[in-house]
Amino acid sequence: MSTPLLEMRNISIHFGGIKAVDDVSIDVMPGEVVGLLGHNGAGKSTLIKILSGAYKKDAGEIYVDGKKVEINSPIDARTHNIETIYQTLALSDNLDAASNLFLGREITTKFGLVDDTAMEAESRKIMARLNPNFQRFSEPVRSLSGGQRQSVAIARAVYFNARILIMDEPTAALGVHETAMVADLIKELKDQGLGIFLISHDTREMMDLCDRVSVMKNGQLIGTERVEDVTEDDILSMIIMGKNPKKAA
Amino acid sequence: MSNGLGKLIKTLQIDTRLLGMIGAFIVISLVFHVATGGTFLTPRNLFTLTLQTASVAVMATGMVFVIVTRNIDLSIGSLLGIVGMLMGVIQVQILPDIVGFGSPSIWIITVTIGILLGAGIGAFQGWLIGYLVIPSFIVTLGGLLIWRGGAWWVSKGTTISPLDPNFIMLGGASGTIGVTASWALAIVGSILTVVFLMNTRRKHISHNFAVKPLWAEYALGAILVGAICGITAIMNAYLVPTRILERRFAAEGLEMPEGYTEAYGFPISVLIVLFVTIAMTIIAKKTRFGRYIFAMGGNPDAAELSGINTRLLTVKVFALMGALTAIAAVIASARLGSAGSSLGELDELRVIAAAVIGGTALAGGVGTIYGAILGALIMQALVSGMGMVGVDSPLQNMIVGGVLIIAVWIDIIYRRKTGDA
Repeated sequence: MSTPLLEMRNISIHFGGIKAVDDVSIDVMPGEVVGLLGHNGAGKSTLIKILSGAYKKDAGEIYVDGKKVEINSPIDARTHNIETIYQTLALSDNLDAASNLFLGREITTKFGLVDDTAMEAESRKIMARLNPNFQRFSEPVRSLSGGQRQSVAIARAVYFNARILIMDEPTAALGVHETAMVADLIKELKDQGLGIFLISHDTREMMDLCDRVSVMKNGQLIGTERVEDVTEDDILSMIIMGKNPKKAA
Repeated sequence: MSNGLGKLIKTLQIDTRLLGMIGAFIVISLVFHVATGGTFLTPRNLFTLTLQTASVAVMATGMVFVIVTRNIDLSIGSLLGIVGMLMGVIQVQILPDIVGFGSPSIWIITVTIGILLGAGIGAFQGWLIGYLVIPSFIVTLGGLLIWRGGAWWVSKGTTISPLDPNFIMLGGASGTIGVTASWALAIVGSILTVVFLMNTRRKHISHNFAVKPLWAEYALGAILVGAICGITAIMNAYLVPTRILERRFAAEGLEMPEGYTEAYGFPISVLIVLFVTIAMTIIAKKTRFGRYIFAMGGNPDAAELSGINTRLLTVKVFALMGALTAIAAVIASARLGSAGSSLGELDELRVIAAAVIGGTALAGGVGTIYGAILGALIMQALVSGMGMVGVDSPLQNMIVGGVLIIAVWIDIIYRRKTGDA
């Protein structure tokens, strides 16, 4: 077996007395989509926030291409080409699409001033690829639809050459058509060799999009299975019962 | 608004809020002009109005950043007081013994120390807010009491005067640049404006973005250049009283030529406001620092997840507010020629009102520098106008308070209508 693109090993974190993530290990190969499933509060989002640098882990190690890395801030995560699309979208509503796309990584002129024209031009290029219907570049993103906002968030990750993409409920706020668009996009990015962690509550969607799924409950990893080896019912029982039926069998 | 006019404004891409504020200023001016029997819209009164607005206007630009980041600064009036007082002590009681009385280095050293002091105190308050996570309302409310008390303590209740003659020039009343320099400045400003418009257009065309029709660019350029020249003409129309001129000629042992006149031109303090406005606008629109201020105001979590250090950003915003307050302290004390311990009292409320009337949303994320400047001007026009008409001071306060509330209400309706919350 080749080296995983990314591996999180024996990760733990607690807030006060609560172990939000307890000795969890997951990994993703290039061109693979790994789903994270579990109830609210199972620890999926917390685990993912450790990877994206929003939280600092208490214990455990992270490896990129088999090499150990330290991720202590969102900037650290970015230097390892780990990009995150958050459940809450993490857009500044009062700024336009280009400003959001480049937030924290603005293109500057030779005088060190932000170059809005260049950023809008780049935004138009990437949007032409991701969502050709998108035209509202100079409006604050608050006036955009859920799908348009999602495409801004995805464009942000894709533009900066993400190798590892974390998507936290990317379709939760979207309509049917927009969900299908995001699904197509995930498949395209996967074909380009990205490793993707996908968080969702929708088990059926996960069975369709993912290669493997990892199920968490109460901060612990219940198990990781290839989707072709399990049924939707198996997954559901792992989520609800916190037991891996395949291991029990 | 009629359809044709609306379309025109849209083509010119002029901010309707800006137009509204200019309209409000014009209406207020006209009402007072009539009520005072024709003395409000005179070069002399408009000159005085800009002088009176200068110190609040400088601080209002900083307050925009503070409020945009979802904070507030109640300490600036007191901060102005203590910085003004310390600058007074430095230039009157300390520096003359070191560098010699009347030395031109006095004002430079004084202003430098003042700005560093203001920025330092601001940064300290920002640190309490950003890193110790104490609400800005509390930190700066404490600051309001602490720095005002400090100003009294330094002065023991006395007023320090007279200030250094060079320093006093910065206040404007006795420091103006004259007609020729004013026109030179207007020409340079007009050229830069046109170059800026042309550059923007060229850049947009090179990226194949939609651009305004050419006539709209010409119209916009003409309006801006017209505004610059108009303001300059007003400043240059205010003549120095003949008696002052006579005295000056007499002091040099000369006879004043028959029919000799001289105008004031731009006051230095107004040029300071102009410089601050341009600098702050560039910071807001064209620097990462400014971009992050607005990003943080729009969504603090998003800003942090984008790798922005919002705590340090808070420190910087309050340090900048402090530095601008120090500049305002220079203008305010220099205009009066003295530093009293009540200097700047209630200024925090005038400044917040100016920023809010200028369209800065207390919920954060929204605000413009030019709006705050216009807000300050509208407030001052109201106060001066009422004073000229002879409205009693308590009633003046009541009216200003009412106007503030109505202005914010109109703003809320405007935002709801245009959809930019």
